[in-house]
Amino acid sequence: MSIVSTSSAADDQLRPPVPPGSVTLRINGQEHTLRLAPWTSLLDALREYVGLTGTKKGCDHGQCGACTVLVDGKRINSCLTLAVLQEGADITTIEGLGTPEHLHPLQQAFIDHDAFQCGYCTPGQICSAQGLINEGKAHTEDEIRELMSGNICRCGAYVGILNAVKEVAEKELKMASCTCYGSHGHSSNS
Amino acid sequence: MSTDSNTKYVGKAPNRVDGPLKVTGTAKYAAEFDVPDLAYGYVVSSPVAKGRIRKIHADKVLGLPGVLHVFSHENVPGLAWFDRSYKDDVAPGGSPFRPLHDDEIKFNMQPVALVVADTFELARYAASILEVEYEVEKHETDIESKRDEGYEPGRGKTGYMPPQRREDADKGLEQSAHRIRHEYIHGAQHHNPMEMFGATVHYHPDGKLTIYDKTQGVYNCQQYITKIFGLSKDEARVVNLFMGGGFGSGLRPQYELFLSVLAALELKRSVRVTLTRQQMFSFGHRPHTLQTLELGTGPDGALLGLKHYALHETSRFEDYTENVVNWSGMLYKCPNVRLSYGISPLDVYTPLDMRAPGAATGSFALEVAMDEMAYEAGLDPLEFRRRNYAEEDQNKKAPFSSKKLREAYDEGARRFGWDKRPMAPRATREGNLLVGWGVAGGVWDASMQKAAAKATITADGRLTVASAAGENGTGTYTIMAQIAAETLGLPLEAVTVRLGDTTLPEAPLQGGSWTAASVGTAVKNTCEALGEKLLKLAQKMDDSPLKDAKPEDVEFVNGLIRLRKEPQQSVVLRDVLQVSGEREIEVDSSAMPNPVNMQKYSMHSHNVVFAEVKVDEELGTVHVTRVVNVVAAGRILNQKTARSQVLGSVVWGISMALMEETVMDHRYGRYMNHNYAEYHVPTNADVRGIEVYFVEEEDPHVNPLGVKGIGEVGLLGVAAAITNAVYHATGKRVRSLPIYLDKLL
Ligand code: FES
Ligand code: FES
Repeated sequence: MSIVSTSSAADDQLRPPVPPGSVTLRINGQEHTLRLAPWTSLLDALREYVGLTGTKKGCDHGQCGACTVLVDGKRINSCLTLAVLQEGADITTIEGLGTPEHLHPLQQAFIDHDAFQCGYCTPGQICSAQGLINEGKAHTEDEIRELMSGNICRCGAYVGILNAVKEVAEKELKMASCTCYGSHGHSSNS
Repeated sequence: MSTDSNTKYVGKAPNRVDGPLKVTGTAKYAAEFDVPDLAYGYVVSSPVAKGRIRKIHADKVLGLPGVLHVFSHENVPGLAWFDRSYKDDVAPGGSPFRPLHDDEIKFNMQPVALVVADTFELARYAASILEVEYEVEKHETDIESKRDEGYEPGRGKTGYMPPQRREDADKGLEQSAHRIRHEYIHGAQHHNPMEMFGATVHYHPDGKLTIYDKTQGVYNCQQYITKIFGLSKDEARVVNLFMGGGFGSGLRPQYELFLSVLAALELKRSVRVTLTRQQMFSFGHRPHTLQTLELGTGPDGALLGLKHYALHETSRFEDYTENVVNWSGMLYKCPNVRLSYGISPLDVYTPLDMRAPGAATGSFALEVAMDEMAYEAGLDPLEFRRRNYAEEDQNKKAPFSSKKLREAYDEGARRFGWDKRPMAPRATREGNLLVGWGVAGGVWDASMQKAAAKATITADGRLTVASAAGENGTGTYTIMAQIAAETLGLPLEAVTVRLGDTTLPEAPLQGGSWTAASVGTAVKNTCEALGEKLLKLAQKMDDSPLKDAKPEDVEFVNGLIRLRKEPQQSVVLRDVLQVSGEREIEVDSSAMPNPVNMQKYSMHSHNVVFAEVKVDEELGTVHVTRVVNVVAAGRILNQKTARSQVLGSVVWGISMALMEETVMDHRYGRYMNHNYAEYHVPTNADVRGIEVYFVEEEDPHVNPLGVKGIGEVGLLGVAAAITNAVYHATGKRVRSLPIYLDKLL
């Protein structure tokens, strides 16, 4: 028999941690001023402080993509960034893309292709797909499969996800390459 | 309900009615309900597999401002004394795990404390520095070392069937012209639904609780909580509106439920507890299983003898059982059969049903063995299966209520192009890739449970149907809306479905592929009962053309009640409601399986899977490039959601064959790859062409809807078909999953 002891805390760890501070985030075009601990992730800020629970937590370690949001048009894992680091940025969550009454084309395509089952990975998949289109990629099926592979779907709805993204990307990329290029609203980040 | 050929919704492919909520992030999962004055709990997990907790030094973290409490066995108040109070509806035999009950450590990552604080960030921080002292004892976690110690469980959980034998398997094998005997293994697998377990407990001012929990059965959770904490049903309402995947993991209450309720009651405050992805590996799993299969055939390829033995792990405290070997006595015709089964306790948490429990395991071994046997007998693997087709269920000695597996073979072979397959392995190359084709299949129970439902129609013609069933991605909201709309002739948009709440009529656990049959029939019966009430009201109207009609004389179509024989004689449903003066009309009803039919028939769904793989021999990598999965599961209620379930099953099968395994470090009795980066599941790039087909069966015996359930059968045979395809490509027979690349080098 042996004795083990876990995490015997150093004295400085037992002092009260850094107190909450004020952070202002621009989410879906709206400013939110929050009081939160400086080590709060953007994901937890959205879910627990702003009440935007459309962004999901599947691992909290950057391994699943469920927490994908768009920051200045680029897709990121919101569990891997701190809320305080995103002050001044334009954050778009699934709630900012569309609503049940006014669906975004990707949201409609996901429904039409039944590109989900439980729906838990879905907001992340859709934000990721929008990020992919913003990057000007998604030209071929293989490209979509590969570049959507940061988003796990445990229900295994990949066939539907591919078809939904393909349908919207084809339309969007066609528009992007026509004369209206540049006025379409998507910033090219590549 | 209207006749088959003439349905508007049932059997068609409408979009999911809850789709708009899911794609916009509006659907609320357990950890997402907004309740006032919420405190957060964070679970501390044991780093040792066996031993005792000597001391929890809670005083230190309690000094942090904002930390409210550290719950542990040292301070948990007296709760239910008998451990049967902790038994949930599907607990196996034994003594269930009681969180924070005493100082004993029974498995690695056992919850030993719950730190509660004003914010999630603080609770997590405090939990990370909480000091716990353990006395470590020697553990055993390796089933391989217990090969000879398996025992047949005396009794199993609900649905467990002791293995059978018929005639003399040894003699059958001795008389065989061709024989094989091999061992097949797969490691532990964890369900890993996308949504992690979590609960939000709303503590109301009157002390009552509304508990939003991740579960596949709100009633199961309610009875568990009320028994343990001595609450009345009225004091503990359990709600689950959407579940971010279950796959069996939510069949039994998990410890976030106990811990969050404990904290809420003690602190008289609302509490949320969510587990981490690492902690998702700290409870039930598909057990590590060792199987031996022995087959023998006559010179013509007819099976003469079959022996199948399975041994898997269980915990020290419960006898977890599953039907692993039974399927081998019924999928093919064989006169001499011996099935046997053992379990062996280890210092792990009790395993837990995971999608097609037992059958996913058993069909892998049986179907790879069948492939080996076919090669031994010199027969095409599909032809070999046809020769041994089971016309009746030999286990039960009963006819099948319906079985179109032969038609599924034909359909699948045609779609896949099986007739172009060369028999010899290593016969097809594409550049530096070896190409192989494999086939396999399976059988699964078509079950039904008692279920109840309620239907309410309001004066504006809107219908609400309600039952405490769950939605974990299977499409429950959608198929219930279809059935209700069809039965009462209403547009789908006029129907609202309510699920997942203990204030609604009771439904069985969401599992076993029985929700469509059970809750679907309850919804149908309830809507029919409502229809009869509406007919009576219609008959009271002045000059009603339906005056003398009996319920069977009328049909509900397009918002009308009309005579079947004279469809022009009708009344408008909405007029009936308006004239009646009632604001709303409500009925309750329920559904039960038919015991006579259950006795008389064997009720099962079947499938067959054809797979193509491409193997890079130098690298050992396998890509599944094509899968055709043909399912015979009675009637299909929704072509879209049913197809999605089978597509998902194929992804699960690819995962089981090539990726998925929880690896134990036996030195510590701890799973090593307990996160989403190292526990591999397929991503989009791993999935190529999958085709799904249904061979629909008209089955008047199975249940009034004629459905057999679709959530599990589609997984069967997928891993075996891939394994067989790998053999066909490379000539290497792999008998342990997953097929990592080193097994092919
Ligand atoms: S929650 Fe952020 S990647 Fe999984
Ligand atoms: S829809 Fe369930 S995880 Fe993707």
